[in-house]
Amino acid sequence: MTTTEEVARLSHERREYKYGFVTDIEQEFAPPGLDESTVRFISAKKGEPEWLLEWRLKALAKWQEMEEPTWVFLPYGHPPIDYQALSYYAAPKQSPKSLDEVDPKILETYEKLGIPLSETRALLGIEGGPETPAEARRGVAVDAVFDSVSVKTTFQEELKKAGVIFCSISEAVREHPELVRQYLGSVVPYSDNFFATLNSAVFSDGSFVYVPRGVKCPMELSTYFRINARNTGQFERTLIIADEGAEVSYLEGCTAPMRDENQLHAAVVELVAMKGASIKYSTIQNWYPGDETGKGGIYNFVTKRGICKGDDSRISWTQVETGSAITWKYPSVVLQGDRSKGEFYSVALTNLRQQADTGTKMIHIGRDTKSTIVSKGISAGEGQNTYRGLVQMNKGAHRAHNFTQCDSILIGDKCGAHTFPYVDIRNATATAEHEASTTKLAEDQLFYCTARGISNEDAISLLVNGFCKEVFSELPMEFAVEANKLLAVSLEGSVG
Amino acid sequence: MTTPLLQIRNLHVRLEDDPSVEIIKGIDLTIMPGEVHSIMGPNGSGKSTLAQVLAGKEDYEITEGEILFNGQDLTELGPDERANSGIFLAFQYPVEIPGVSAMQFLKAAVNAKRAFEGQNELDAGALLKHFRAKAEQINVPFEMLKRNVNEGFSGGEKKRFEIFQMAVLDSVLGILDESDSGLDIDALRIVADGVNSMRDGRRSFLVITHYQRLLNYIVPDHVHVLVNGRIVKSGGKELALELEEKGYRPFGVNESAVAGAGA
Repeated sequence: MTTTEEVARLSHERREYKYGFVTDIEQEFAPPGLDESTVRFISAKKGEPEWLLEWRLKALAKWQEMEEPTWVFLPYGHPPIDYQALSYYAAPKQSPKSLDEVDPKILETYEKLGIPLSETRALLGIEGGPETPAEARRGVAVDAVFDSVSVKTTFQEELKKAGVIFCSISEAVREHPELVRQYLGSVVPYSDNFFATLNSAVFSDGSFVYVPRGVKCPMELSTYFRINARNTGQFERTLIIADEGAEVSYLEGCTAPMRDENQLHAAVVELVAMKGASIKYSTIQNWYPGDETGKGGIYNFVTKRGICKGDDSRISWTQVETGSAITWKYPSVVLQGDRSKGEFYSVALTNLRQQADTGTKMIHIGRDTKSTIVSKGISAGEGQNTYRGLVQMNKGAHRAHNFTQCDSILIGDKCGAHTFPYVDIRNATATAEHEASTTKLAEDQLFYCTARGISNEDAISLLVNGFCKEVFSELPMEFAVEANKLLAVSLEGSVG
Repeated sequence: MTTPLLQIRNLHVRLEDDPSVEIIKGIDLTIMPGEVHSIMGPNGSGKSTLAQVLAGKEDYEITEGEILFNGQDLTELGPDERANSGIFLAFQYPVEIPGVSAMQFLKAAVNAKRAFEGQNELDAGALLKHFRAKAEQINVPFEMLKRNVNEGFSGGEKKRFEIFQMAVLDSVLGILDESDSGLDIDALRIVADGVNSMRDGRRSFLVITHYQRLLNYIVPDHVHVLVNGRIVKSGGKELALELEEKGYRPFGVNESAVAGAGA
């Protein structure tokens, strides 16, 4: 039996999704269905001001006229989503004020996920580095979102001292309405696209970050999203603003229970970088991918966009996407300020019958703007992996430059890799470079590893990690360890 | 009586994808602990196939015969188990592994072997110490370990790195598949010195080569001539000199007719 065949055979064996447990707590739900009353219910639950309710209702009206996009490349398709069968709000019954008041079952859930919500500050940057992902997380401020609400944000006091606002978006609406009103929808308008518009109508919670002028955020910020409830969607909204000269690094992680039905996750993330500011946004997405027959799993339909508003600003997206039944996601950067920089580093792994259609959009408006795209797609099992990217250089984007590198690796012979790069250049001085490769996991490399005593499974993991190195090296050190392990686990038992 | 380290009996091998192609047509070979054997042969004689079959490459099918390693049947073991049992194949064309540092690679290999032997993983400090000691023994710059496996290595560096890996893994049987190909005389000497530094009366080597040159530096106890999948003559080290002088013609080989064929 050749290695390829063996890999293909093994890829049909079920992999373990260790985050698939359900937390049994009392929750409050909005009745299934979506109309004006649903939006009013959510807004009232959160005690929102009138302007926000109006904004939500405008979005709902727009959404009701829109059609779900059909251009996504999904070779396996998906059963139609019945938007009226979903519940748009689920929250633990007790809403906690302090850590002591958080339901112990929820605390336990996050501990199990390796996300400590107690503020035991770890010794980061010590010799040897963190041993486990859980340890690595310590000393990172966390906003924990459980279904529709934020249950806890850690290290708020410490951040406050530096002038950094880090809280749930609901809290921000209450405490910093002027900031939210100014920036919400400024990067992703409520009418942007089907899923973003849906999110604008029903978004429940998410994180808010404001880093004031000249401040370098003293610690990594992160949000941990957990879907728990059945038949609910998760619609979080994240808004990050880095004022002039500010710097922030932010990470989000996601998991969900194993369920036979599909669940919808339609988030919106907006980033605003003012003059000289820098935002680094990293995602480790490990939603439940469904089983090997394609049953269950999360529909991850996410709109992420940042604007480099000021000159010399920088936005960098790094994503490691290993979960979800379907991923539909194009973290983008609008390069408005002169000399601003946009970056997109992506690892997308599809195994089982997962389908991913992901990539980025780099919209060059300012002069001397630069963008870098490095995309690594890994297809195993019957996974289908698509890179879709747009590089657009507008008329005024003098001397703008893009570099795109797009590599795909195929493990086994039942998976697919697809690439749809779009380049639109309207300025004669702008330049774009594109490199692309698609290879099968090389048998000579595998044999070389196994001939040194490394098992087939470890060898595949080693090779794939090597393939992704350029992207992993962009992750904050605390999370690079985690990404490595996640990749190994996602490939475990499934490819060798 | 000492158990042979390697014992090959009446080995027949054909291509898995094309069973009509028989490459090895009945080989017998016994290597005792501490011995250095050389297999010499023209291109296409089956030398490299023999090396790959011993290491467990899956493109070949053994149709007849057996391979015993320390008295145990080898053919049922996967390549990783063979390596962990003490067999090391120094590749003719070492493979580049982008994004994986030599350090990371060797760490995985050393710990795989330790797990195989039921021992705990070595911690970072102990590993480094081990790597440093072997780097000195084989004369490879320690800096090499920070580079990606074989990426951008010169021909000489690749071959030295192979020998270094064998030392790090403390293998007992080194199979050198044309380790001399593409090397200049200085690089050749360094590779040979590395091998000689591991000759300790316990370790054995099977040196596969087309030319006699390498055997000036790694002096074999036994030389075998492999032609068309069969060992046609065995002798002492003087046999290599004889081949150098007369070529493979006396064994019915028309060198020009097979030149360019894959080994």
